[in-house]
Amino acid sequence: MGILSFFTKNKTKVGSAQTAKERLQIIVAHEHPGSTVTPAYLPELQNEIIEVVKKYLTISDRDVKCELTDKVDSNMSVLEVNIAMPKS
Amino acid sequence: MAKVIVVTSGKGGVGKTTTSASIGSGLAASGAKTVVIDFDIGLRNLDLIMGCERRVVFDLINVINKEANLQQALVKDKRIEGLYILPASQTRNKDALNRSGVKAVIEELKDDGFEYIICDSPAGIEQGAMMALYFADEAIVTTNPEVSSVRDSDRITGMLSSKSFRAEQQLDPVKVHLIITRYCPERVKNGEMLSIADINELLGIELLGVIPESESVLNASNSGEPVILNKDSDAGKAYQDTVERLLGVECDFRFIDYKKKGILSRIFGV
Repeated sequence: MGILSFFTKNKTKVGSAQTAKERLQIIVAHEHPGSTVTPAYLPELQNEIIEVVKKYLTISDRDVKCELTDKVDSNMSVLEVNIAMPKS
Repeated sequence: MAKVIVVTSGKGGVGKTTTSASIGSGLAASGAKTVVIDFDIGLRNLDLIMGCERRVVFDLINVINKEANLQQALVKDKRIEGLYILPASQTRNKDALNRSGVKAVIEELKDDGFEYIICDSPAGIEQGAMMALYFADEAIVTTNPEVSSVRDSDRITGMLSSKSFRAEQQLDPVKVHLIITRYCPERVKNGEMLSIADINELLGIELLGVIPESESVLNASNSGEPVILNKDSDAGKAYQDTVERLLGVECDFRFIDYKKKGILSRIFGV
């Protein structure tokens, strides 16, 4: 806990306005036509991931979702790959 | 050169009509012939806010359908020279608006020498709102410092840059301004409300005005006098500043910092 709290800033003092801002940043970045820059390689990347997963599992193309999002409070982008697997 | 300015927001109840009435009044008081058009067909309220509800005979839809001419429908303001309102119809619905009809009305207003044509948009992103923004040269996006309002403002800003006449014809884009209404510096200071900087960062629109939360806004609508005419109220002064900026005059933003009341001002109420 001690080490953890060193890395996560003291968030207890932050008012609700900060929460509102962070939530909005995410939603606005998602919905704003100009602000979401989808890299051109993303569809191709998604296809290749599907091909790799297909080697081992039976999934359809629709079960895989790739998303690149910007983390709001740090200089970091996150590539999220969601694969819905059929129950075996 | 006449300017068509839409006052819009996406979300309802954030102060579009209050803003339209005050900006329209302020522009007219500066000497520019101004008309405020109510696009909220079926739910007209601009007439009430401007205090001319008993003088409405014909409306925008009558003009579009050629049941009355423009001069018959325009209601002249009794307080300010050169200020007119074009009321919405109360009995029809928003489908009664069509592009060619709205265009004809705006063209005729321009030919009549109106310098500012303020389009008071209804809430939402349906027909009425789209008609209100379609012919706009400039837009005033009205936002409350609150999540749903900011999100909707972002959405309507997207509409302005994709669904307007200027966007479709690939002309210069609609010039978008932001007005933040119901701003509480004290709550911002306490971290309970989105700040001007937060909203600026989120929306990325040029800030035109900040209207503080004020009792005088309700008093103004109760009595049918645009709040800008109340020279003693903070909201009225803030709207006056906003009009100045719209006219190209630079002025500092007021009423955006919280000052804790000292003991003297508590006692004497200044």
